Amino acid sequence: MKNKKIKKWALMLSGLVTLLMAVGVLALCTGSAGIELKTIPGILLNGKGTADYSILIGIRLPRIILGMSIGGALSLAGTLLQGMFRNPLVEPYTLGISGGASLGVCINILFRFYSVIGIIAYPLSGFSGASLVIFLVYSLNRGPQHIRSNRMLLTGVMISYVASSLVMLLMAISKTDDLQNIVLWIMGSLDEPNTVLIRIAFFGSLAGLIISYFFCFDLNALMLGEEEAANLGFNTTRTKKILFITASFLTGLSVAVAGIIMFVGLIVPHFMRMVTGPDHRILLASSFLAGAIFLTLCDIIARVIISPLELPVGVITGIIGGVMFIWALSRKQVTL
Amino acid sequence: MNPVLEIEHLSFQYRENIILQDISFNVSKGEFVTVIGPNGCGKTTLINIISKINRPGKGRIRLYGRDINPMLRRKMARQVAIVMQTTDPVAMTVEDYVLLGRLPFFKKYQFFENRHDIDIAKKYMEMTGVIKLAKSKIHEISGGERQLASIARALAQEPSLLVMDEPTSHLDITRQARILELIRRLRQELSLTVLMVLHDLNLAGEYSDRLVLLNKENGRIFKAGTPEEVLTEQSILDVYHTRVMVLPNPVSNKPLIFLASQDAMDSK
Repeated sequence: MKNKKIKKWALMLSGLVTLLMAVGVLALCTGSAGIELKTIPGILLNGKGTADYSILIGIRLPRIILGMSIGGALSLAGTLLQGMFRNPLVEPYTLGISGGASLGVCINILFRFYSVIGIIAYPLSGFSGASLVIFLVYSLNRGPQHIRSNRMLLTGVMISYVASSLVMLLMAISKTDDLQNIVLWIMGSLDEPNTVLIRIAFFGSLAGLIISYFFCFDLNALMLGEEEAANLGFNTTRTKKILFITASFLTGLSVAVAGIIMFVGLIVPHFMRMVTGPDHRILLASSFLAGAIFLTLCDIIARVIISPLELPVGVITGIIGGVMFIWALSRKQVTL
Repeated sequence: MNPVLEIEHLSFQYRENIILQDISFNVSKGEFVTVIGPNGCGKTTLINIISKINRPGKGRIRLYGRDINPMLRRKMARQVAIVMQTTDPVAMTVEDYVLLGRLPFFKKYQFFENRHDIDIAKKYMEMTGVIKLAKSKIHEISGGERQLASIARALAQEPSLLVMDEPTSHLDITRQARILELIRRLRQELSLTVLMVLHDLNLAGEYSDRLVLLNKENGRIFKAGTPEEVLTEQSILDVYHTRVMVLPNPVSNKPLIFLASQDAMDSK
């Protein structure tokens, strides 16, 4: 039984890694420059200094890495939140975490913190906003013993509304230049020229995955409810705190670097749960990989659908994610 | 003999309502003690205090002589297994669900269950009769089967003290008997200590060594002792405000409670 399980999980993970690489290669040869697949190895090996080489290494590759990191991070954040709330409809957006993050980034753009402390101001402001919301949601719902999941979710939704209203308020009072910056950023794009931000996103999302794995058994036990998890010997309050911080870190990072990208945190964990089952030992990694695949694929579509123009990737994830979710709802009972 | 569980002067208040007041009783090794009492008398609260979900206002609980309050949950989970009243429907298989009972025993960097864990899970799935459902999902099986699976999960913890809140509430008579007989057997084989909350007074009287009858009116213990001492017509009238007849079970000689219409009782 154990060996069968290991085999099954290994097969799933290698399937996802293969798919991720395939999507990566597809993304590498997609674009207006028309670089063909068979010429790519030659360009990469011998073409240093050519225009094609700099397109592949300087433009497309960073974008692919960013897409995979953000997709993985958002999907992982959704998996963590869904596991803790035992609610398949929870994700960074429904809890207001991304609302908080976007408010933080807006404030950063308006008050130009980035010109004082550098590009790091973006992820920092995103993380601060996200953490502030988590702290608010958490402290507003402190029961004598436990955190009340349903009330917390409703508070999150309300905070999300307040945050987006505040973003609109900031947009209304901002100057034209800033307004354009905010609008472009909110639409969500993986077109990020700054390699520092891409590196932060890449290592940040991997760190999030590693931290989550320390709590995979806690998450499995939490599926039975907080009381049952406590009876199985888990310190649920501590686990929830750490995982909330992890989820807000992942969300803050994603929102700061790529803007608002909807549904990845909702749809990917939901589908992966159907494929792998609810065991977080496999679900965390497979959701991360599937999120990376999904967002890279959406970005390819966003780049080619109205070529040579580009759509914001958030539009594609919104449409695909929403439609797929409605379809999933109609055919199967939604459960964890 | 040293008691496994000592409950000392326990009180619990929820806002203005006194739920439990000055509750004291012990459970010795291998003993089967059942807490009974009317709805809302604090039976489940008592279980929640033992499982450290609720904190008592006053008093304390000792497990093998040690106060449970500073005790690590993980350490406690290796000695005490708790079967709650309801089991939430989750999409995991019965087998994986029962294996969760082995989590308190996982070593620091253990990622997969080992042969021993799997054997234990199988053993208790067989004992509770859910082995044929091993590959079924928890949310697809019936409430009674779910209850059996949660008992199997608790037993997979190989506890020395098993605490159960209404374990027979969703079960038909076959399964009620199966569970209570299984617990009786485990007590003999593993000298398992059992603390249970039951609604069914006849089942409580038939299977328990001792009963603790709680009084809803003041949150105190009304009477504690053997089933014959506790299940009397007078104590049931005092605590449940219902007239019943208590006769000895012709087979086991344990007290059996008969409920008749109050008119019939008058004419008797």
